Amino acid sequence: MKETSRSETEQVAGNGLLHRRMFLSGSVAAMGAGAMVGEAGAAPLAVESWMKIPGAPFNGYGQPSKYEEKVARTWASAPGTGGTGSSRTPHHLLNGMITPSGLHYERSHSGIPDINPDTHRLVIHGLVKRPLVFALDDLGRYPMESRIAFVECAGNSGALFAKQPAAANIQAIHGLLSCSEWTGVKLSVLLQEAGVDPAAKWVLAEGADASGMSRSFSIEKALDDALVCLYQNGERVRPANGYPVRLLLPGFEGNMNVKWLRRIKLTAGPTMTKDETSKYTILLPSGKALQFVFPLEGKSMITHPSPGLTVRGPGLYEISGLAWSGYGKVAKVEVSADGGKSWGLAALQEPVLPKAVTRFRMAWQWAGGPAVLQSRSTDETGYVQPSREQLIALRGDRGNYHNNMIQSWVVDGSGEVKNVYA
Amino acid sequence: MFMRKFLAAAAPAALFALASPAFAQQSPNLGKAISVEDLASWDISIGPDGAGLPSGSGTVKQGEAVFMAKCQACHGEKGAGTPNDRLVGGQGSLPGDKPPVKTVGSYWPYATTLFDYIRRAMPFNESKSLTSDEAYGVVAYLLNLNGVIPESETMNAQSLPKVTMPNREGFVVFTRGK
Repeated sequence: MKETSRSETEQVAGNGLLHRRMFLSGSVAAMGAGAMVGEAGAAPLAVESWMKIPGAPFNGYGQPSKYEEKVARTWASAPGTGGTGSSRTPHHLLNGMITPSGLHYERSHSGIPDINPDTHRLVIHGLVKRPLVFALDDLGRYPMESRIAFVECAGNSGALFAKQPAAANIQAIHGLLSCSEWTGVKLSVLLQEAGVDPAAKWVLAEGADASGMSRSFSIEKALDDALVCLYQNGERVRPANGYPVRLLLPGFEGNMNVKWLRRIKLTAGPTMTKDETSKYTILLPSGKALQFVFPLEGKSMITHPSPGLTVRGPGLYEISGLAWSGYGKVAKVEVSADGGKSWGLAALQEPVLPKAVTRFRMAWQWAGGPAVLQSRSTDETGYVQPSREQLIALRGDRGNYHNNMIQSWVVDGSGEVKNVYA
Repeated sequence: MFMRKFLAAAAPAALFALASPAFAQQSPNLGKAISVEDLASWDISIGPDGAGLPSGSGTVKQGEAVFMAKCQACHGEKGAGTPNDRLVGGQGSLPGDKPPVKTVGSYWPYATTLFDYIRRAMPFNESKSLTSDEAYGVVAYLLNLNGVIPESETMNAQSLPKVTMPNREGFVVFTRGK
């Protein structure tokens, strides 16, 4: 048997956090097997019915197992509407880095439009040499590019600004974040075709939904990594996520990634739309508000364990979660099991990509006593995720948007997990 | 391939003319030219300088009638709110640590945004249905309810961009680390 060295099982931070080598060396399995030797707790194996009779026939589009029905989005809609508001990703029930398309969070301002792709058009105009209109079939013929990118609503995690910690799970608090592989045409290619007037400094993107949701962003972003997406996780973008075409502005706040994209207008200045003035601005204690806060800051959260995932008795657990930054790659994630008194370095699951979520993993030997779990990310620019206290000191607690403070989960003596401030 | 050869053989002046050859090399060039007239029905965004405002006009009184018929059910009498967003009041509530009351009057920096948003997105179940006159009228009514313009004022493409909103100076462009 491979030697389980002291360094591999060494505690790296308080309350049972173990060195991340635990997960890289395979010694977890070795330890687990060792612990089981001599115990005869398992029941005799049954030969189940599905082992004896043929299973279901083929079908055209696969669905999750019927036993997974609880893995679903939850939502809240504005008064008098059915599809205006947001739905949330159940991160406590998922693993890996890709959010299944049907569980990607949604933010819609006037429901999900039923768009006929044959009649949908994308128009590019304003400060261009010649206004152009593209049909979907045309866009489909352009060279494409794929990238994995998160999309996060600027209002995600806003619940943590509440004076008292809400009795809420990770889906309710942090569910307005998802990550997909997006494939489409670089916006820069389409803009070059239209011919960019040097006076164009800003870009307005507008949706074809009934709200005509629209946002302004800089021409630099448009010419850098903006993508006009036709595909999400290999298939056409889902209706709720912008079918037949959506904009992706990697790292930028969610609703700038305009869904159901119908119009791109190049302008000299920002258009000052409703969603970049009255909404999506951060009100400070001074009474002034920060405007054009586009990239989401470095952030992380522990998905396992989290509320609803009861820790069943002392023993070895994997703490895992997601970290991301709108400014680039995640450089490191630290985990604490003692409310931030001590921190240990988590293992980062490959691939680690810029402006995508990174899964982190940490070994934890839970002794059975109360523990406050936290994660803290640092991105490649050196930005460190702030504590709740630090973020509120900087911006107050009325900003609503861009809440990237450290999340604390308490595991109590019975293994129940709750949202707390620590 | 062909384009590469062409570029390689081209005179330096021609190379410079194609200084953005991403276009020439990477694009199948399938966009169809469209006239400004033919895209006008979609070009509904209004700049803060009033660029894009249509002809037409509306008074506070006219706007009140439209509001009562088409807006009040969601936004309350005189824009007082419930079940949906409150549109009036809240001036002076932005500084401090109490919950702010963010409305058209207390928070919105540009009156042009009001026209843009009402015309594109309201009434909720029938967006893009208001005439320009109706939209100007509702804008005038809401600005008057917020004490921004007198009851006698008419809103149109000339007067609307000149309106100075109470919170016009309330925004700071974000810079990371500040």
